[in-house]
Amino acid sequence: MYVAVKGGEDAIRNAHDLLARRRRGDPEVPEIGLDQIAEQLALAVDRVMAEGSLYDRELAALAIKQARGDLIEAIFLARAFRTTLPRFGSSDPVDTGAMRIHRRISATFKDLPGGQVLGPTFDYTHRLLDETLATWARGEEGASALVAASGESTQAAPVPPLAAQENHAALPENGADRGADEMPVAAPMPRVTDLLGDEGLVEASPVDDGSTPPDLTRTPLSFPAERPLRLQALARGDEGFLLALGYSSQRGYARTHPFVGEIRFGTVEVSLFAEELGFAVPLGDIALTECQSVNQFKGSATQPPQFTRGYGLVFGQSERKAMSMALVDRTLRFAELGEEKSAPAQDEEFVLSHCDNVQATGFVEHLKLPHYVDFQAELELVRRMRAEQEQAAEPVSEPSQQEAAE
Amino acid sequence: MIPDTSTEASAAAGPAVSPPASAEVAARQALMGLLARATLKELEAAIERFQPLPKLKDLRPAEVGLVMVQGRAGGDGGPFNLGEATVTRAAVQLEGGATGMSYLLGRAPARARAAAVLDALWQDPALRLAVDDALRPLRRRLAAEAAAQAAETEATKVNFFTMTRGED
Repeated sequence: MYVAVKGGEDAIRNAHDLLARRRRGDPEVPEIGLDQIAEQLALAVDRVMAEGSLYDRELAALAIKQARGDLIEAIFLARAFRTTLPRFGSSDPVDTGAMRIHRRISATFKDLPGGQVLGPTFDYTHRLLDETLATWARGEEGASALVAASGESTQAAPVPPLAAQENHAALPENGADRGADEMPVAAPMPRVTDLLGDEGLVEASPVDDGSTPPDLTRTPLSFPAERPLRLQALARGDEGFLLALGYSSQRGYARTHPFVGEIRFGTVEVSLFAEELGFAVPLGDIALTECQSVNQFKGSATQPPQFTRGYGLVFGQSERKAMSMALVDRTLRFAELGEEKSAPAQDEEFVLSHCDNVQATGFVEHLKLPHYVDFQAELELVRRMRAEQEQAAEPVSEPSQQEAAE
Repeated sequence: MIPDTSTEASAAAGPAVSPPASAEVAARQALMGLLARATLKELEAAIERFQPLPKLKDLRPAEVGLVMVQGRAGGDGGPFNLGEATVTRAAVQLEGGATGMSYLLGRAPARARAAAVLDALWQDPALRLAVDDALRPLRRRLAAEAAAQAAETEATKVNFFTMTRGED
């Protein structure tokens, strides 16, 4: 039971003022702008949008600044903000097949139609700290020994030239050759799963029966949860939690044996059907990461063996999250695919009830708020139990008393 | 535009969620999609051409809200709710003329109102060509950005070779 406390107003106000000063840090160091956060800490912004379940780069950057870089706190701020806005409706489902590709790779086919493009990736980097990035907004004076030793300027890190600028042959056919003021249309990019699907070697996506998908922001989670509801919960779920669960399934806690069929990152157009207009209005583009996992197969008397699939789709560029989501989406499908339940990653109630980091942090962190009355009651109880135990330990003269003590 | 049979085929195959659009509607969708991607400066520069503007009534003052973005399980299966996006919408009416509407991503009341004004002007057949012309710099910027992005990406195209294992 939680009993309210009173008082402490001055202390709280002063603590918040102190927080604001600590947030600003050394006033000699220039204040960070939302554009700097959005541009240079873009993946932190993406994570806040994904788990805050709110696509708005500027807002996510503000949340990160206000939260002093604490991303779960920033996600909390984004979730709180969304409750202040009315909802205009639901978009038409985005078409990731028409994505303007920034990155697309497959671990299953090296020569897939449309090709593999690495895009801006940490893959194949050596994970060595790059001294040339050690620049200082305040100037040379603030430079650390790391930079001082290298003797480099502290003003700006060098930016490598674009390979594309040196090699015009690399320009794609659409875009460069078309009229200068026509926006090039992204060529439809087949999914790896379509290639296998043509031969019936991989299961098809669940059929769109025209029903409205459940929405956990409107109706609380309930179990059993159907796949659309699970996908919504996973899409906004904590990256670390889903990463650990996906990892556990790879290590043998639920045997799914995944391949990454395809990962793509890029932008898609979002459109909203406007009642008053009677047609779908394009709203602009959002960046998404999609992961298709291809998993081991099962056949039955009626169905020849085929690969099964897991699916991940996340706001922004977040491959780790999209892959983890695909792994966990697949483990949660155990019943439908006739597999044995043997691991936490298959337990939808366990996974979905604990993947939301705003709920999780709320419940964990509430423990630090005053619980004085609760604790007093327990303290009383422990004192009484100890007293009773002491009494019981003494040589018993009247057995009736011992009975009463129990 | 170069006719592209493959896009037509895929458009016919995909399940259409919103009703198919007539040519007039398709043209307005293209316009609204263009306006949704414009900066405030670009919209204001386009509006500048039509000064003095006819009298405007703010039918729906710019309003910020949310749209639930849907994805599809497996990319092409049944829909699910992916997460929300901020959207701003506005509606204006030209005196004795058309109603202009806008819906665009982000929290941007000024952009939404400017987009609605241009949408209203565009609906006047006498002004349509002039509006399209005023938006040329915007179209050119978007085309250049898309081409630059495609070229940057193309430069990271990779060919993997599988190596033979063992002695043979």
